[in-house]
Amino acid sequence: MSATIDAATVTSQRPPLLSSTRWRIVALVMVGMAVMSTARIIADNGDLTSSGTFGVALRTAAPIALAGLSGLIAERSGTINIGLDGMMVMGTIFAGWWGWQYGPWMALLGGIVGGMLGGLLMSVATTTFGVNHIVAGVAINLIAPGAARFMASELFVGVQGGSVTSSPGNSGSIGSFTLPFLSGGDLFGWQTPDILGWFEDTGWFMIADVAGLSKGVTTAVTWDVVLTIGLFFGIAYFLWHTPLGLRLRFSGERPSAAASLGVSVHKMRYIGMAISGGLAGMGGAVLVLFANRYQENQVAGRGFLGLATMIFGNWMPAGTAAGAGLFGYAQGITLRTNPAELVNALFLAAAIGLMLTAFFMAYRRSLAGSGTVLAFALVAFWAYFAVKEPNNQLVFVTPYVVTLIAVSVGAQRLRPPAEEGIPWFKGMQ
Amino acid sequence: MFERIWRASLAPLVAATAAIAISSIALLISGNNPVEAFVEMWKTIDSTAAIVDIINTAVPLYISGVAVAIGFKMNLFNIGSNGQYILAALVAGWAGAEVSLPPLLHVPFVFLVAMTVGGSWALIAAILSVTRNVNVVVSTIMLNYIGIGLSAFLLSEYFRDSENGGLVAQTKVMPESARLPKLDPIFEFFGFNFGERVDLLGFLPFAILLGIAYHVLLNRSLFGYELKLSGMNADAAQSAGVNPKKMVLITLFMSGAVAGMIGLPFLLADPNFLKYGDAFPVTLGFTGLGLALLGRNSPVGVAAAAVVWATIEVATRRLGSLGIPPEIGKILQGSFLLAAVIAYEVVRRRNDAAAAEDAAAATRDDRSPPPSPAPEPAPIGATS
Repeated sequence: MSATIDAATVTSQRPPLLSSTRWRIVALVMVGMAVMSTARIIADNGDLTSSGTFGVALRTAAPIALAGLSGLIAERSGTINIGLDGMMVMGTIFAGWWGWQYGPWMALLGGIVGGMLGGLLMSVATTTFGVNHIVAGVAINLIAPGAARFMASELFVGVQGGSVTSSPGNSGSIGSFTLPFLSGGDLFGWQTPDILGWFEDTGWFMIADVAGLSKGVTTAVTWDVVLTIGLFFGIAYFLWHTPLGLRLRFSGERPSAAASLGVSVHKMRYIGMAISGGLAGMGGAVLVLFANRYQENQVAGRGFLGLATMIFGNWMPAGTAAGAGLFGYAQGITLRTNPAELVNALFLAAAIGLMLTAFFMAYRRSLAGSGTVLAFALVAFWAYFAVKEPNNQLVFVTPYVVTLIAVSVGAQRLRPPAEEGIPWFKGMQ
Repeated sequence: MFERIWRASLAPLVAATAAIAISSIALLISGNNPVEAFVEMWKTIDSTAAIVDIINTAVPLYISGVAVAIGFKMNLFNIGSNGQYILAALVAGWAGAEVSLPPLLHVPFVFLVAMTVGGSWALIAAILSVTRNVNVVVSTIMLNYIGIGLSAFLLSEYFRDSENGGLVAQTKVMPESARLPKLDPIFEFFGFNFGERVDLLGFLPFAILLGIAYHVLLNRSLFGYELKLSGMNADAAQSAGVNPKKMVLITLFMSGAVAGMIGLPFLLADPNFLKYGDAFPVTLGFTGLGLALLGRNSPVGVAAAAVVWATIEVATRRLGSLGIPPEIGKILQGSFLLAAVIAYEVVRRRNDAAAAEDAAAATRDDRSPPPSPAPEPAPIGATS
């Protein structure tokens, strides 16, 4: 993925509408909400932007986000972590075990420990022995389900409610948090007003939708998800505002230069993989806490989805979080009471959004791109009118299709760490 | 010759020892007797029937390993062989049951459909790679899940057998003309009898043919030379006139086409299947990645890896009767794979270092100062 930019296309483009990246993101979010709001009103489906939907979306986004963050820190430190799916599996088995034995908080810790074991194991292969990172990751992905199944057969078989494919269930629940005053949370036993809920019920254009989003992500959020959100800020701060984070990124960008300045590249890569494994394992634990038990194949490729999220987010925490939110939403709506209607309404939202993108691209004089996007928009319009009973399997593939399109369109602009995936040894240039 | 075999098998032997040690530790921790477990495993495979069983299990594994090995040879990581073969098996199973053809055409038809579907699905990744510069690992992973989801959708909406399947989503059973006969009669002719319990399935000759074809392609063809050259040094290959885009397109298509065949032993030869449906194995593509790594992408190596893998699978089947979890087989397989991958890398680096040393020594000898008079001073202004 070299970052070659065609000079001719750059010069023929008009400058962006907004110069500041921050304002562009704000504008993008506002346009996105407007599109969703329009689709909600036209399709007459309030659940499209209800707090309930956003709440579930946040819940399903959390493990994907953790997987994405796991991939991000590994690749920033120079290791391509294809094995993070396997580390998530290790996380689920440990979380199921500790959660059943010691309760939900220990499930979270167990997940981190299990994933970290996987991460360190992979780092031994990639960092110390210089095994190709894809090769080592594939190996981890093959080992982890086997190890999990062996552990499950030893731990859960013969126990009340347990089997080789499922743990007996967590003892206790992790509890949740609701924001007081805005979303109607309790404050010292007093039920505070639910202001956002009131706005959501009005159904006003934009306002109800923003209120639904805000209420959704602040109502009955379980503590593991709160922790996930916190980790995003924590990891972003760690990587870009601490000396250790700088050294870690340095090891992924220019290991030989880092070494010449006294950074221990191998140590950094081990740290990166330990944190990466821990985050992936925590993602597995979040899945276990959601289902309240370990189940075989619970991860279901979410590790790979996390990798997709990270690439979609251009190896940045904010982009990764946005990608996870998008994919979490796509997965979350399948858990709502009437997923078929929701997906149908989502087709309309996609069509409107793609139309706007096509206009914008035409303004930027990228006519070929504009035409392509317009074609997709027409397909989405067709789907809205023709596909009234969308198949759940098609919803399942949506995130992967979106990522594939995103990397195909934006591969030139994506910028992975410069020397990730290349084994490095002392004395190498 | 003996030296070469010894060198090639040193790393796997070390890995096997490590795997047995790790599994023994796992068994000890879980309170089982490792010796008892390994003795039972040996007893399970010590029969003609078990060997036939192992060969049957190894055949689809071998195809799966070869499929990704083709790509691995030029550092193209086709992680998505799983999606390719599931989609191919579904479409080939459906198409094969829909048409009626004479036996000599029916089997090739199913092959053609499966290989075309598998190859085309992989070709999407290839096209994205050469036109949009999309990393093949990323696109094949995405296409993997898209393929799996798409096949589930196609099966439930269009390809399912609505008359006989009932509630189970599966394609129609293959007609008689598309079935490969079992190979038992051939062996009975030579006096071997496998017993009532097992049959040697008819796909084995195709797997052997595939191995031979892969060997010829790799070691006896210009394309194979270019393939290996691109894998060893992409820049050198390009300056030697190898078109990298063409290589990516052809190699990924071939990898996908072979992946498309992974499901065919079940569709054409296994009387328990003969259709695509619920019980159809759906993770063979992922296993194939491991087998290609174990077998170092060589036709014989991958075959050995597939047999080892299948042996472990068959050997651990009856451990449950002793109260030992059969899942220890997964630990054995996994630790063997990781240990082997590390051992190969260590050996490779050793050999590289030794080769560099030899080369350096040879160069030193060549440049030993000749007993000749000092060279004449170069004319002023000359450039060297």
